[in-house]
Amino acid sequence: MSSTAKKKGFGATIWDYLTTVDHKKIAILYLIAGTFFFVVGGIEAMLIRIQLAKPDNDFVSAGLFNEIITMHGTTMIFLAAMPLLFAFMNAAVPLQIGARDVAFPFLNSLGFWLFLFGGIFLNLSWFLGGAPDAGWTSYASLSLASPGHGIDFYALGLQISGAGTLIAGINFLVTIINMRAPGMTYMRMPLFTWTTFVASALILFAFPPLTVGLFFMIFDRMFDANFFDHINGGNTVIWEHLFWIFGHPEVYILVLPAFGLFSEIFATFARKRLFGYSSMVFATILIGFLGFMVWAHHMFTVGLGPTANAIFAVATMAIAVPTGMKVFNWLLTIWGGNIKVTTPMLYALGFIPSFVAGGVTGVMQASAPLDYQLHDSYFIVAHFHYVIVGGIVLALFASAHYYWPLMFNQMLNETLGKITFVFFFIGFHCTFFVQHFLGLMGMPRRVFTFMGGQGWDQFNLISTVGAFLMAIGVILLVVNVIITAIKNEPAGRDPWKDGRTLEWAIPQPVPYYNFKQTPLVRGLDTFWIEKMEGNKEGMTYAEPISDIHMPNNSFIPFMISLGLFVAAFGALYHQDTDKTWSIPVLIIGLAITFASMITRSLKDDLGYHIHKEELMNEKGGKH
Amino acid sequence: MMKGLKKWRLFGLLAALTIFLSGCGEEYLSTLTPAGQVGKDQYNLLLLSTAIMTFVIIVVVIIYVLAIVKFRRKKVGENTIPKQVEGSHTLEIIWTAIPIVLLLILAVPTVSLTYKFADTKAMEAKDADGNAKAVTVNVTAKLYWWEFEYPEQGIVTSQELVVPTGQKVYFNLKAADVKHSFWIPAIGGKMDTNVDNINKFYLTFDKESDGLKDGVFYGKCAELCGPSHALMDFKVKTLSQDNFNNWVDNMQATKGKKADKNSTDLGEQVFANSCISCHAVSGEGTGGGVAPNLAAFGDRNRVAGFLEHSEDGIKNWIKNSQELKPGNIMPEEKALNNGKEFTDEELDALAAYLMGLSVEK
Repeated sequence: MSSTAKKKGFGATIWDYLTTVDHKKIAILYLIAGTFFFVVGGIEAMLIRIQLAKPDNDFVSAGLFNEIITMHGTTMIFLAAMPLLFAFMNAAVPLQIGARDVAFPFLNSLGFWLFLFGGIFLNLSWFLGGAPDAGWTSYASLSLASPGHGIDFYALGLQISGAGTLIAGINFLVTIINMRAPGMTYMRMPLFTWTTFVASALILFAFPPLTVGLFFMIFDRMFDANFFDHINGGNTVIWEHLFWIFGHPEVYILVLPAFGLFSEIFATFARKRLFGYSSMVFATILIGFLGFMVWAHHMFTVGLGPTANAIFAVATMAIAVPTGMKVFNWLLTIWGGNIKVTTPMLYALGFIPSFVAGGVTGVMQASAPLDYQLHDSYFIVAHFHYVIVGGIVLALFASAHYYWPLMFNQMLNETLGKITFVFFFIGFHCTFFVQHFLGLMGMPRRVFTFMGGQGWDQFNLISTVGAFLMAIGVILLVVNVIITAIKNEPAGRDPWKDGRTLEWAIPQPVPYYNFKQTPLVRGLDTFWIEKMEGNKEGMTYAEPISDIHMPNNSFIPFMISLGLFVAAFGALYHQDTDKTWSIPVLIIGLAITFASMITRSLKDDLGYHIHKEELMNEKGGKH
Repeated sequence: MMKGLKKWRLFGLLAALTIFLSGCGEEYLSTLTPAGQVGKDQYNLLLLSTAIMTFVIIVVVIIYVLAIVKFRRKKVGENTIPKQVEGSHTLEIIWTAIPIVLLLILAVPTVSLTYKFADTKAMEAKDADGNAKAVTVNVTAKLYWWEFEYPEQGIVTSQELVVPTGQKVYFNLKAADVKHSFWIPAIGGKMDTNVDNINKFYLTFDKESDGLKDGVFYGKCAELCGPSHALMDFKVKTLSQDNFNNWVDNMQATKGKKADKNSTDLGEQVFANSCISCHAVSGEGTGGGVAPNLAAFGDRNRVAGFLEHSEDGIKNWIKNSQELKPGNIMPEEKALNNGKEFTDEELDALAAYLMGLSVEK
């Protein structure tokens, strides 16, 4: 939110956002795109629940249902949860560590546009002959057998957006390693920065296996390779391994930043330092590490043999230990604190029982012999929605309220926020709690319908009612955003009054160059320390005011991503013999991408400087 | 007054109990009413893990509720700044050590049962005559039906698995097209049928299915396999050893049975002209059929695994198979009958013929 942005015309604002390399604006782009896909995924979820509201329903057909569940899962994980987390990472992390921006602003923009074009490509499948229908896991035997282009959209779309995610992850790693303000040692980093750091490391190691798997899939489907075709010596179980070697860490890529967000919220609204900070950091790293050791627990019924199953069962159980440490540390953070139940805090308080419930069912499924019963039943559907909705979505909603004033200098309405919470929270438990029992009562997941009289009718109806309550919650949140935007009341600096970390010390609206002078960090919760010592400015400075070097805006990231988007259509239609234009399109698309990259490499873009004198005069710098 | 309160309490308790019991599901389908040793072991593991996890939840909830009640800003005061506690080593050790102990308690039966359920060595055991001691069934999952081959007995059936009670029954699991998963919830956990390899496991069936609502246990496909994944049900008939032996004998006795084009029975004629190239009516033989073996069709519980088992059900299926179970490979009616629809007379006769294919009656 540069202070000059508001004076621009509409077209200029659009152009500004298309070319921006400012982490704060990219955060807003991620927020808008992520919310859009969240709504799309949410509508898909509603269609699923309407179809399953009663036995033998024919609201959607069997094939369409499979497309809907596939797109619901894929959209929510890749196109909603991750970008929304990136929105808050972009908004908060550079400010939390006292940086002027991320390490590679250009790449930050590139990461966003790749994600967006990948996401659009994937969703265009709805209009171009049908969406992927093999589940978000896209197991190889089924996905290879799937007719039409749905799976091709899946593989190519995820490949493009996955590249964006990988770039974003690397960017945050470098940013957090290199860009910390003086005094911001690793053990003084706020927990959201820590979890972003570990999640980024997970992205770095988890996405390449997915990339490899997707390339194999693309080659198998589009160029007649045989990586997964068992008749020609391929092996479908390899896909399952590659997918879950990515897929399990992916869960932690999502949930660790959520943990970080809640850690900030608990400490802020309990007015208390995070209890056991160092063990929280340790637990985060340990979860990240163990996250790579447990992928085969998704494959207990594949027939890997008892030794593999036993090892992965025990390893999976081990993750419960650091996760439990975190829960108890949060409890002890609010214990003895001074708890103010704001909307973000309400979400955080709702998160603890929900996530614990999701965690314990996870341990139950870690027990391999028991998982033989639970696997691929509605029990697992209940479990991962407790983790993902109860952990991640609650964190996203909490952070939307918590960081709204940081991102937009406005406060979302607190009362409406609490009403939203009530609807969403009750709806969430109503939807998913009964699904545990549906699973135990023998209902497999991913069924487009079920016969009446199998004892599942009531619980399915309850579940659907819950889904509608959740939908009301989401609509209320959107209404809240609209009302707040229309009111447009500035929130000012430290709007929650209890801010502890550096992002709250910065004046509002946040100057486009962030900190006029790089702050000196004097401990954990540095803003809190300054406030307690009566420092009205909220910061101690590490340097005198001097020139600030800024990067130029660039349209190149958009063009690079657009080129890949175009090329993907060429690759996708290459198999259809009647579409002779496919090869030229592939070449043109790649040409756009490479020409853009060459332009970027050959053209010197040294950025510009904001001069000291300008900074002295700028009012935004003082508050 | 107190009495009234007590009544209400009783009522509440009953209501809770009703919900709890309805939460157990149907006897022929639910994992909560296990009817075999594997399922019982898994059920006990469920109880153990639930108990441990309930303990954890209770501890968390107590601390959580107390913290929220005691330390609200309203109580503590608007301007109070709490002591900024760094942490506590003692507490960290406690909440690391106790969960480890709890998990170890769960890990021991987990590991031992993992090995126990994977022990299929007895499959190979032979008696003095060289016959296998245990019953083995080769299960092949196909879009969207199940083939059950009994290699030792030389018989094959489909859609309805028939097994003896009171002993371990071994399974070789494989998929013919895409991956499926073989699951009989009331009997025990599932195992995938991969396209790449054969998976082996065993189940035991303690209870004869005769007394159940439909006289069978329900089996499900548990791995997404295409549009009709939800309809890929099968049924399990469990018989006492004697009845099972009878069934096997009857199946073997269908050896050589064929539908005759020149039969006086119109249904048999139609079958011989339109169905026989895919469907066999002899239960003797090996697996690998393109379409379900129909030798024991009349004894089954469902048409196509999920439709009502009646002549109407059969006719409905023949007329609308693609609509009813999208993606299955049964040809359209006209393709079966040289480009023409069956006459009502032909359909009635065919349905009657199919219902008469029985080894139990």
